[in-house]
Amino acid sequence: MKLKQLILAASMGLAAAAAQAEGVKVGMITTLSGGGAGLGIDVRDGFMLAVKQAGRSDLEVVIEDDQRKPDIAVQLADKMIQSEKVDVLTGIIWSNLAMAVVPAATAQGKFYLSPNAGPSPLAGKGCHPNYFNVAWQNDNLHEAAGGYASDAGHKKAFILAPNYPAGKDALTGFKRFFKGELAGEVYTKLGQTDYAAEIAQIRASDADSVFFFLPGGMGISFLKQYADSGVDLPVVGPAFSFDQGILQAVGAAALGVKNTSQWSKDLGNAANEAFVASFQSEYGRLPSLYASQGFDTANLLMSAMDAADVNDQDAFRAALEAAKFDSVRGDFKFGPNHHPIQTIYVREVIQEGDVFTNKIVAVGLKDHADAYAADCKM
Amino acid sequence: MSTLLLIEQTLNGLQFGVMLFLMAAGLTLIFGVMGLINLAHGSLYMVGAFAAAAVAAATGSFILALIGSLIAAALAGVIVEMTVIRRLYDRDHLDQVLATFALILIFSEGTRWVFGSFPLFLDKPAWLSGTVMLPFGIEYSLYRLTIIGIGLVVAAGLFWMIARTRIGIQIRAGENDREMIGALGVNISRLYTLVFALGAALAGFAGALIGAIQSVQVGMGEPVLILAFVVIVIGGIGSIKGALVGAILVGLTDTLGRLLLPQVFGLFMEPSAATSVGSSLSSMSIYILMAGVLLFKPSGLFGGGH
Repeated sequence: MKLKQLILAASMGLAAAAAQAEGVKVGMITTLSGGGAGLGIDVRDGFMLAVKQAGRSDLEVVIEDDQRKPDIAVQLADKMIQSEKVDVLTGIIWSNLAMAVVPAATAQGKFYLSPNAGPSPLAGKGCHPNYFNVAWQNDNLHEAAGGYASDAGHKKAFILAPNYPAGKDALTGFKRFFKGELAGEVYTKLGQTDYAAEIAQIRASDADSVFFFLPGGMGISFLKQYADSGVDLPVVGPAFSFDQGILQAVGAAALGVKNTSQWSKDLGNAANEAFVASFQSEYGRLPSLYASQGFDTANLLMSAMDAADVNDQDAFRAALEAAKFDSVRGDFKFGPNHHPIQTIYVREVIQEGDVFTNKIVAVGLKDHADAYAADCKM
Repeated sequence: MSTLLLIEQTLNGLQFGVMLFLMAAGLTLIFGVMGLINLAHGSLYMVGAFAAAAVAAATGSFILALIGSLIAAALAGVIVEMTVIRRLYDRDHLDQVLATFALILIFSEGTRWVFGSFPLFLDKPAWLSGTVMLPFGIEYSLYRLTIIGIGLVVAAGLFWMIARTRIGIQIRAGENDREMIGALGVNISRLYTLVFALGAALAGFAGALIGAIQSVQVGMGEPVLILAFVVIVIGGIGSIKGALVGAILVGLTDTLGRLLLPQVFGLFMEPSAATSVGSSLSSMSIYILMAGVLLFKPSGLFGGGH
């Protein structure tokens, strides 16, 4: 009996080793149900589009839904590492989930490629050689928004964000680059849907502009109510409240708003034009910035697979650092803490026929690196 | 802080409260008459909003969208009552919670399956957009003012129905003694379906009204559901009057708390710490209110104590 078990275990071990040598297995944990599902679905669709276009037989992707719950994300990560034996993890949308999963995964020798969340601890003191962020550090788009607000001549800004870590990162980022004063600073409840109280405070303040970071449905509610309130101060925000999945639900209320993004569908490089066209024909909708991040993540991964074997961790890491792939953002490179150094653009919400979308109007911050790189020792 | 801001915020609180009342009225009726804890009430709110968005997209008429939301939510309520809820009346509350929680998941994924994962567009009509000037120079959103008006009319209608009509008498009798009114020849299963449909229609109507100024998306009902439960616990379970008073109390506490608490802390703390402490505390304020009410009146403000 003992012997039989031993043989069985040995043969299974061999089989696992053989499977690993064949190629790379990716575990994608992302949000596919509940209120934030639109973001996860876009990341997944962008990622799988790149995989499909490459048509590789040595890449296997396992996709699971974290339901936007940290405990479920942790269970899924354990399952993927221990029983699925994945080599690379990716997919998490929300910073609080990333904080729960990433440190444990990288400590177990897995690579983690973030297609979205970029919490500041993972860019600074908590950075790790196996952690790569393909999107941005959380503060980046808000920093560009702060810089843009100053450039546009705004002197007194009223700023608001939800009361959770990424919301605090957002206001910190904005203040880091905004040269004027603050007319007010408000933290709202996460998931709040009625902003009448905050809009009344904006009306009563002497602000000359409004900055807000309210991702997903929160931003839809705020913009609709703001447009109806009779307050007509200019609005600046990060792309998260103005991405393709949201704009149709906001409608004309968002027209003319300036927002900052590292990607836009009208970026004029060949990779992006091909991506936008193929995403549209594959899924029948325009891609969002989340989809572009998923697409880049998959292409980065496959570029490293071409250069090195995933079991040779040092070589694979070097291949990831080199980032030799055609990013839809144009030039792409990593800083010393494995976060992108990239140009952030200012976009304006416009209407093209029946569809609301964005177009680039200015460069916000050129070749911008994040503020935490100096704290990262690896 | 100006008086104008305070008055505007009070109106906002009132509007929020009136909206909560539409949700809480159905919830409290269903609990009062059938003794059922219906966690899926938020899903009916969502059904109303999605139905309104679909009708508005097809016809372009907001009035038709509101009517569509009433019909769709009532219909969903009737179907759910006849297929699932009916089997739960004699079970204990834990079974009811389990089954209605399952209904939430079914409704959410079903809605996603039909409408997709992205939020839908629903806007108020042009004739309700913009602001109006109230006396004393208060500029206020016309749509929100309309919501306050509609909510108060619905509340008056409900009170009239409960106090003056035959169905109202049956509902009150049902709250007092379910078995007895069955024995007296009232068709109890029809009454239950009717009450459930009424509650569902009110929830759907609230969803449609609010969907026009918020986002119509899967899962929009659950945060409101929690607040509606707080409202009926404060007001006293089963009491329509309690639901109205509780809803307005919760609306005012939440809105004014968000305005005032950060400023109170600002008196003796530095601004950024005051904002963060104040906003954390204000998100707890309604629960503190609920705990306070329960401390002095364990069955709620207007609870019968049954």
